[in-house]
This record gives sequence, structure tokens and C-alpha cells, in this order.
Amino acid sequence: MSDNPVFASIQKEIEDNSVVLFMKGTPQFPQCGFSSMVAQILSHMGVPFKGVNVLANDTLRQGIKEFSNWPTIPQLYVKGEFVGGCDIVREMYEAGELEKLLDDKGVARAA
Amino acid sequence: MTVAETLERALQAAFTPERLEVEDESHKHVGHAGARPEGETHFRVTIVAAAFAGKSRVERSRMVHEALAALLASRIHALSITAKAPGESA
Repeated sequence: MSDNPVFASIQKEIEDNSVVLFMKGTPQFPQCGFSSMVAQILSHMGVPFKGVNVLANDTLRQGIKEFSNWPTIPQLYVKGEFVGGCDIVREMYEAGELEKLLDDKGVARAA
Repeated sequence: MTVAETLERALQAAFTPERLEVEDESHKHVGHAGARPEGETHFRVTIVAAAFAGKSRVERSRMVHEALAALLASRIHALSITAKAPGESA
């Protein structure tokens, strides 16, 4: 499983970008309500993030599930660390924990 | 047995929860990607079980995913999880 060639590109993506959202569709045109919600939360918080559209690449769509050991999309990574999917991101946002995580990790946000 | 019943039984067996609610939300996703004409694709689970004490959100969800691995691979398109330990506010 670790020799899955798509893992290297996922690893690079989460190393090169502070905040990465693997999602269905794009931040501008999300194609799933769950992906849309996480993109909206990040935008609302003024967090710059890279959206990676898994619908554009079926190998990636399957690979990210194995890589994260997480069966669903969206998936949020901050500074290379898996944060969670839609439920977890929403819960953390509502509890103020997402803000704290981003601050602790040194992710700059627009005011 | 419906998917909801299968799901509920699997969670009962895995966690012996204090509280378990399984809600079929498929009707909210009719026509969306992953929806099937016969329904039973999108579920919301609220579960309170001692096994979640001291576990992170990600760990709790992974425990639920593991208990439902076969269903997630075959039948369920989306699963919303609220997993709490007894005494935590749900």
C-alpha cells in the first residue's frame, strides 16, 4: 500500500501547502455539500487554502482514502497533518478549536 | 434487513452504546452524486459509548469507520458521525 505511486504526490501536496482541502469540485464550484461546507468555513475564517479536486483524478480519489485511512471526502490537512472530514471540521469550528489549531500551527489568516 | 438496520446492528455489536441514533438522510440528497434511486446512501449517526473516552475526534470516527468498513465500501456513500463518551455533551 505504501508503494502506491499516488501517495508521493499527496505527500508533496500537503508538504508544499499549509492548508490543503481534498474535495469534490473546486473551492469556487464545489460539487458536494460536505466539501462545500468545509470550503465555506475556511473562506469565512480567511484561511488561504489549496483545494484539490479528487473528481478530476480517480487514482487520487481512491488513493487519498488509503493515504489518510479515512473513507470519505472532504479531507482537511493543516501543515501536513490530517485534521478530519466535514463533521470534525464543523465541530472544531463551532467550538473555536479550528481557530486555535490554525493559530498554533502558525497559519496566517486574513482579518 | 435494511441498510439502516445493518448499520445499527454493527454499531451495537461493536460498541454496546448507551445511546445510538441512526438517521437516514438520503432523501436530502436525491439526485446528488452517490444517491441511489432506492435510497439508503446517506446516514447520520449519533453514538454515545464508553469506548470513546479519551479518544480524539479522528480516532473516534476511525473506530466507527472500522466497525462499518464493509458497508462503507459497498453501500454507504456518506456518513455523518457524532461520537461522544458518556458524560460529554452531545
